[in-house]
Amino acid sequence: MDGNVFVFCETDNGKVVDISLELLSSGKKLAGKLNCQLEAIVLGNNISDIEKQISKYGVDTIHIADDSRLDPYLTLTYSKIISSVLDKHQPQIVLFGASSIGRDLAPRVASTLQCGLTADCTRLEIGDHLEKKTKVLYKDLLLAIRPAFGGSIMATIVNWDMPPQMATVREGVMKKEVFDENYKSDIVNIDISDLIKDEDFVIEVLERHMEESKVNLKEAPIIVAGGYGVGSKENFDLLYELADMLGADVGGSRAAVDAGFLENERQIGQTGVTVRPKLYIACGISGAIQHTAGMDESAMIVSINKDENAPINKIADYVIVGDLNEVIPKIIKSFHKQAQ
Amino acid sequence: MCPINKKNNRMKPLKIVVLAKQVPDTRNVGPDAMKPDGTVNRAILPTIFNPDDLHALEFALQIKDKIEGTQVIVLTMGPKRAADIVREGYYRGADYGLMVSDRRFGGADTLATSYTLAMTIKKIGDVDMVLAGVQAIDGDTAQTGPQTAEKINFPQVTYVEEIIGLGNNEITVKRRLDKGIEIVKAPIPVLMTVNGTFDKCRSRNAKKLLKYKYARTNTELAREEDYIKEMVEQRPYLHIPEWNVEDIEAELSKIGLAGSPTKVNKVESIVMKASEAKVLSDSQEDIDLMVGELISSHVIG
Ligand SMILES: Cc1cc2nc3c(=O)[nH]c(=O)nc-3n(C[C@H](O)[C@H](O)[C@H](O)COP(=O)(O)OP(=O)(O)OC[C@H]3O[C@@H](n4cnc5c(N)ncnc54)[C@H](O)[C@@H]3O)c2cc1C
Ligand SMILES: Cc1cc2nc3c(=O)[nH]c(=O)nc-3n(C[C@H](O)[C@H](O)[C@H](O)COP(=O)(O)OP(=O)(O)OC[C@H]3O[C@@H](n4cnc5c(N)ncnc54)[C@H](O)[C@@H]3O)c2cc1C
Repeated sequence: MDGNVFVFCETDNGKVVDISLELLSSGKKLAGKLNCQLEAIVLGNNISDIEKQISKYGVDTIHIADDSRLDPYLTLTYSKIISSVLDKHQPQIVLFGASSIGRDLAPRVASTLQCGLTADCTRLEIGDHLEKKTKVLYKDLLLAIRPAFGGSIMATIVNWDMPPQMATVREGVMKKEVFDENYKSDIVNIDISDLIKDEDFVIEVLERHMEESKVNLKEAPIIVAGGYGVGSKENFDLLYELADMLGADVGGSRAAVDAGFLENERQIGQTGVTVRPKLYIACGISGAIQHTAGMDESAMIVSINKDENAPINKIADYVIVGDLNEVIPKIIKSFHKQAQ
Repeated sequence: MCPINKKNNRMKPLKIVVLAKQVPDTRNVGPDAMKPDGTVNRAILPTIFNPDDLHALEFALQIKDKIEGTQVIVLTMGPKRAADIVREGYYRGADYGLMVSDRRFGGADTLATSYTLAMTIKKIGDVDMVLAGVQAIDGDTAQTGPQTAEKINFPQVTYVEEIIGLGNNEITVKRRLDKGIEIVKAPIPVLMTVNGTFDKCRSRNAKKLLKYKYARTNTELAREEDYIKEMVEQRPYLHIPEWNVEDIEAELSKIGLAGSPTKVNKVESIVMKASEAKVLSDSQEDIDLMVGELISSHVIG
């Protein structure tokens, strides 16, 4: 296969968002393995400094459309422009973030191009696929790996016959890494004048409240997480006290969020954030697969649970069987005693 | 434009198609639901109406409550037992139900599924609004809605959680995004995907349950007792249409496995890693031991 690796870069107030930077890093690695180039597509309004933001991730070519009509994001304008760019350049791989925008946009683009789209991937690899029926070996395909069935299975998805190979990728599962501070990109301006028409603006955005998330669990080295077993919002104060002492952040399970103990943005798991801290202290969390999907790569896991048989204990390094209301104060006491 | 809670008799009735999928209940997959080879044992999981699709049905019924004469059609693609979805739709207030069922549709990914659904919607004709769930809980892709919209050339509004207003040929809704909300006005015709945060679907209606209990597809009827066959013959509304490839004039190269670019190369079940956990009591001594080890290995401190 030929063609390059393309990444759609989403912007928010002129800034390329984290998931897109993560994808550029991961796209750069794929391009390295395939011996091809990395290209980015960025659409928006007043985004002339994009080069400064993304070249350093090793982007060889940036396709830009900078136009007042491209803010806010609209499905129809974006999908038309992106489909046209992809159709012209025939990439072999195209990546989108699995964000509200990416998951609205990518399927529409894939349908226009009549290609495959693997949803919400957590890992991307390059590898071969032997087709059992025809015994044909397809080399250097994108192996797009994703959870399905509510997180209870991981499926590896391939597409060998209807290019490009497209995927949306979940935020926070790939690392963003600067490739070269001085990397230079070619800039290509996309001519949108013939592409977008009045009928692409039929959907009108009347209002938008964005809530910038202040919590950044993804970067936290230590996380104290609470579940439904914490029992109340007030009891979470105990977890915050432990977290303060350890320089940790507080997160939790969906049950804790649903019960109103904790803000939405602190939810860890399949439908929350994915974290991999060096230490994860799970307090009163049973360990449903949808929760562990977001934390099982933590370097060390401590579980505090009344139930010795809670599923989370199977992936824990330390299990303390007991009531968290008694155990946490003892940990705090012990730390004060032993740390200097 | 007026608020959704007021009834308006002057608005043009709409023809609404609700896309509903029958799915295995993956919400409580225990270890017993996994086969030794690591694949999911679908046989032991009960099949249900995909949760988001119930919200989509409620969305349609709310419009029907408001605009007299509106028709709500539940459309499902699946094997013969998916007729349960059509019946469930009737029990809760749908006007019509329709199945697309044919072995040749099997193995479809979202591209082929959306093509099949789009061809069916075109065949139904004059559809004003298509409502899907955001996501099905088995494939978990959230792609079928937007891909169907593209194929029938409708604009799309995804992640809808509330109807704000409804006017002649336009609708205003609230969308739930990763970080916040958006209020958008869309023209009709339109396709929307409805979020799990939309109002809960109304329950089954006892009268409708009685009325539609014996609604059957031809495939189902073939194995029924004679009195049911007669009943369905006398009451045409009990007959659930079952369309095949030819009925929707689908191209064979675009359906089923042949029309699906994405293929499953491998499936692994998530097995929890083997445990070498240190199990401790809640005594101060045990906790001191753990904290000491965490400090000396520089994990904390
Ligand atoms: C599609 C889908 C997506 C989902 N996404 C997520 C997700 O992203 N994140 C997520 O977390 N969940 C998610 N869930 C929900 C998940 O299935 C579980 O319901 C949830 O994780 C359970 O949370 P929990 O462990 O806090 O509560 P529970 O399962 O109720 O467990 C509470 C635990 O606390 C223990 N306990 C009680 N009291 C005490 C005490 N005083 N001291 C010590 N221990 C105590 C109990 O023994 C028990 O183990 C999702 C579900 C679905 C269907
Ligand atoms: C493990 C696994 C992984 C998969 N991964 C991918 C993948 O990455 N990419 C891909 O293209 N396909 C994938 N598929 C195939 C995909 O699940 C099927 O194409 C399925 O028919 C539709 O996708 P979904 O279940 O994700 O539904 P979604 O796209 O999540 O469904 C959204 C909405 O579309 C409507 N809808 C969906 N299916 C039907 C139906 N049959 N009848 C009526 N309405 C419907 C419903 O309203 C539903 O709420 C995968 C399947 C499996 C088993």
